[in-house]
Amino acid sequence: MIREFSEADIAYLLLATRWTVLLALVAMIGGGLLGIVVAVLRVVQFRPANWLAIGYINLIQGTPLLGQLFVFFFGLPLFGLSVDAWTAAALSLSIYASAFFGEIWRGSLQSVSPRQWEAGASLGLTYAQRLFYVVLPQAVRISVAPTVGFLVQLVKNTSLTALIGFVELTRASQIISGATFAPLPVYLTAAAIYFVICFSLSQLSHMLERRLHAAH
Amino acid sequence: MPLIEITDIHKRFGAVEVLKGVSLALEKGEIVAVIGRSGSGKSTLLRCVNGLEKVQSGRIVVDGIHVTAPGADLNLLRQRAGMVFQSYNLFPHLTVERNVTLALKLVRKMEPSAAREVARQVVARVGLADKLLAYPDELSGGQQQRVAIARSLAMQPTLMLFDEITSALDPELVGEVLRVLEGVAGEGMTMMLVTHEMNFAKNVADRVIFMHEGRIHEDGPAREILLEPRTAELRSFLNAVLH
Amino acid sequence: MSYNFKFGALLRYQDEIVQGVLLTLQLSIVTMICGLVIGLVVAMAAGSPLKALRVPARIYVEAIRNTPLLVQLFIVFFGFPSIGIRLDANTAALIALSINMGAYGAEILRAGFESVRRSQIEAGRSLGLTASQTFRHVVMFQAIKAIYPALASQFVLIMLATCVVSSIGVTELFHQAAFIDSRTYRSFEAYTLITLSYLVLTLGFRAFFSAVYWAVFVRRPRR
Repeated sequence: MIREFSEADIAYLLLATRWTVLLALVAMIGGGLLGIVVAVLRVVQFRPANWLAIGYINLIQGTPLLGQLFVFFFGLPLFGLSVDAWTAAALSLSIYASAFFGEIWRGSLQSVSPRQWEAGASLGLTYAQRLFYVVLPQAVRISVAPTVGFLVQLVKNTSLTALIGFVELTRASQIISGATFAPLPVYLTAAAIYFVICFSLSQLSHMLERRLHAAH
Repeated sequence: MPLIEITDIHKRFGAVEVLKGVSLALEKGEIVAVIGRSGSGKSTLLRCVNGLEKVQSGRIVVDGIHVTAPGADLNLLRQRAGMVFQSYNLFPHLTVERNVTLALKLVRKMEPSAAREVARQVVARVGLADKLLAYPDELSGGQQQRVAIARSLAMQPTLMLFDEITSALDPELVGEVLRVLEGVAGEGMTMMLVTHEMNFAKNVADRVIFMHEGRIHEDGPAREILLEPRTAELRSFLNAVLH
Repeated sequence: MSYNFKFGALLRYQDEIVQGVLLTLQLSIVTMICGLVIGLVVAMAAGSPLKALRVPARIYVEAIRNTPLLVQLFIVFFGFPSIGIRLDANTAALIALSINMGAYGAEILRAGFESVRRSQIEAGRSLGLTASQTFRHVVMFQAIKAIYPALASQFVLIMLATCVVSSIGVTELFHQAAFIDSRTYRSFEAYTLITLSYLVLTLGFRAFFSAVYWAVFVRRPRR
C-alpha cells in the first residue's frame, strides 16, 4: 500500500516528536541528578572518589552512545529485568547525559576563582556557607549556557534510539518513509522538526551566554 | 628634505574624527616625543606613519616613500621604519633569537648564520645576551620589550616609532627600557615616540608635540614646552600627569 | 543470575574486528580531512564581507549543527536517490559524515584564527613581512596550537559517531557487532566487546594526540 506523503504523515511525525522530547526530558532529569553525583565525586578531596568519577566519565565519553544503547538493550534482560526499548533508551541516555553534565558542572565549579573561597573565609563564613552563598551561585550562572548547549546534543542523540526500535521522530520517519516511498520529504520534515527544537535551544544557550558576559 | 613629512591628514573611525588636519615635519636624527590625553589621536598619528592605519585625506611621505599614495610599497616603508608596540607583540612560539632573525631571513633574505650573528649583536645591545634562546613567556615584561626593540633595530631602520612602549610595564621595569631607548637615541636614530614619561621626554627628546582633540596643540623644544606650557590645555594635562 | 557469559566464543571473530577497525579509521580520517577542507571554505565565507557568502555559510552551519547526524545520513542515502543521486553505502556515509564535520570544522577554524590577536599580525607586517609571510610564519602556528585540542577531541567524536553508518550497511567496526551477534546469538557479549573496542581506540588516540601536542607545542626546541 504505497501512498503519497500527506498531512496525516506530518501529524504522525509531530506526534512521534512527543517521544523525542519526553526522552530528552527524562534523560535531562535522570542525567542531571546522576550528573550532580558525578560532579561531586569528581571534586571532593578524596582520591578514590575522583578516580571513580574519572573512570566513569572516560567510559561513557570514550564509547559510542549507540554501543551503550545496545549493551543496555541486550544486557538488562540478562539480569532478569524485562526491558523494552523505552527503558533501555531512557536509562542509557540518562547515563550518557550524566557524564557530560558531571564534566560541565565540575568545570563551572572549578572556574570560580579560589579567591572567592578565600574571600568567604576571611569574612568568617563556614565551609557550607561559602559553598552555598558564595561559590555555588556563581558556578550555576557560569554553567547555565553550556548546560542548555548540551541539551541540543541530547535531543539530537535521542535519534539513535531509533536503531534499537524505539519509535520516536527518527524511527517514525523510517516507518513513514517505508510506507510512502517518499524518503526525501519525510526525512527533510524530520530534520526540520529537529531543527526547530535544537535551534531554539542553541539560541537560548547563546542568549544566556551573552547575558552572562554582559553581567561581568 | 625632512625624513617624515605629514601634510594635513584627516583620519576617521566611523563617525569619530580622530585626526583633524595634522601637519608635521621631522628632520633626520630628530627625536620627537608626542604627548597628550588618551583619545587625543597621538597613537593613531604614529600608526598612520607606518601605514597600519589608512588616512581619509592628506599626505604622508616617509624617507621618500609616499605612504598615502595608492599602491605604496608599505613593505619597503616598514623595513625602513621600525615600530615597537605597547604590548611588545613578540611571537610567542619563537625564541628571542628567532623573533629577531625571522624578518632578517624572510625580508632581508639573509643567510641563517648571518642573521643569527646580527641577532646576537642586537640582543647583546639591549643587555639580554644570556636570553638568546629563551621564549617570550620566560621573560619579564621589561625584557620582552627590550627584545622587541632589538628586533626592530636588527632591521637597521632609518627611523623608529615607539607606541607607549612603557605603558604596560610594572613601574620598576620602566627604567631598564628607557635606558635602552636612551642608548638608541644616543646613536643618532630618528625617533618618534608616543609616551607618558614626561621626564624621559624632557631629558631625551629634542622636541615635544602636544596633541589635543585630534590636532597638534603645541609644538616646540622639549624643555620649553614642558617647563613653560603656553596653553591652558597643556598646563592642565601636565598637572594631571605630574601630580 | 543464571546467564552464562561467554566472551571466549567471540575471539574467533578477531579478523572481522580488525577489518571493522580499519574501515572505521579510514572513515574517520577521510571525514576529518574532507570536513576540514569544507570547514575552511565555510569559515572563510562566514568571515567574508559579502552577505551573499556569509548568509549561506551561516545557514549551513546552523542547519547541520541543529539536526541529528543519523537523519542527515538518511537524507543522503535514502533521500538523494529520489533526486537522481544514487550512492553506495560507503560513499553516502563519507559524504554525510564530511558535511557534518564541515560545520563543526568551520567553527573550530574560525575560533582558531580569531584567537590569534590582531597585534601579532601588525607586529609581523611592521617588520616588513608580507601578508602571506605573516600568515605562514606568525599566525598559522599559533592558530594551529590554539585549535589542536579541539581538533583532537573532534577526531574522537567523529570516530565514535561513525558507528551510526552501520545502520545503512557500512561494514565498519560497529557493524561487526551485529555480524558476530548473528553468528553466535551472543548479543550482549558482542555489543559489549565492540563498544569496549571503541574505548581502546579512544584512549589510544587521546594518548597519541597528547604525545604529539607535547612534542610539537610544549617541548621547546632552543634553535
